[in-house]
Amino acid sequence: MTTEGHQEHPLSVYLWIWGLLFVLSIFSYLVDYVGFEGYLRWSLIIAFMLAKAGLIIAIFMHMIWERLAFICAILGPPLLLSFFIGFMAIEGDTTLMTRLDFFGETDFVAQHYTETVH
Amino acid sequence: MGSNVTEPQMASLPEGLQGLTRDWSSDKQAFHIPWGKAMMWFFLLSDTFIFGCFLTSYMNVRMSTRVPWPNPSEVFALSFGGDPIPLILIALMTFVLITSSGTMALAVNYGYRRDRAKTAALMLITAAFGATFIGMQAFEWTKLIVDEGIRPWGNPMGAPQFGASFFMITGFHGVHVSIGVIYLTVVALKVLKGDYEASGNYEVVEITGLYWHFVDLVWVFIFAFFYLW
Repeated sequence: MTTEGHQEHPLSVYLWIWGLLFVLSIFSYLVDYVGFEGYLRWSLIIAFMLAKAGLIIAIFMHMIWERLAFICAILGPPLLLSFFIGFMAIEGDTTLMTRLDFFGETDFVAQHYTETVH
Repeated sequence: MGSNVTEPQMASLPEGLQGLTRDWSSDKQAFHIPWGKAMMWFFLLSDTFIFGCFLTSYMNVRMSTRVPWPNPSEVFALSFGGDPIPLILIALMTFVLITSSGTMALAVNYGYRRDRAKTAALMLITAAFGATFIGMQAFEWTKLIVDEGIRPWGNPMGAPQFGASFFMITGFHGVHVSIGVIYLTVVALKVLKGDYEASGNYEVVEITGLYWHFVDLVWVFIFAFFYLW
């Protein structure tokens, strides 16, 4: 499709993505403005965030036109961060429980476990 | 050493510093892209880990604090005479940054068409949007520090970790934007002067663009996790 490392694509591709990024940003702002809460809020925030990040990496940073070896070398390592993030989330939760226990707010602990996950 | 290197070949390799430069420049190429672009991507990869660590530690302190976290929707609200509009400044900053990403993408495109004037102009416009973003951030910081009394070690609204996370994350991002503005301006002026005409190679515009898009990319995550959470 392209010669080695030379990324030239029609202007319309960029203009479309640009427009999409605008629309997605408006949507993610509206999530806060309208005041969605709970799982709905979180799934919308994450969905719009991933869509925006994906479009920027794929099109603006030309990643979909690169070779697979390079895509894996760059996008593979950050995926490992998700394990780290997961462990730190578990750790944060444990710290909170320990603190609530220490300060004698265990009623809140029971409530916290039944009402919300995080 | 790989098993495909025979004993006599090993013996003929130079030792010490000479050997080091020889080994590292031994013409083995895995990625078929210009080296400058690969190196920028590797730098951005390392930067991803830095921002990843910041955001993860922010998540950790926010999850583990007993004290209520200040509501970003209210902290970052701004009033234009009437009722305060939640997060409005942050929303505007987001649009400024996305607009700059768009102009940067166009600059890369015109670079490959060897349209020097348009490339340089679009890059300078991108830099101007970047400078606008920094200006808005300076305004935001001033408001938070002077009016709201938010400090890295505490604030009147709730969890003291709020200030530490906020100044660390947005400060580090702001530094990236500032460096980007300088970087863009330097390359734009070089394009305008015709420094890349002789080689006809406008890869540098794309490499600068990678850095700029990354700055926008980081903001997407900061916006979602810091402001919308």
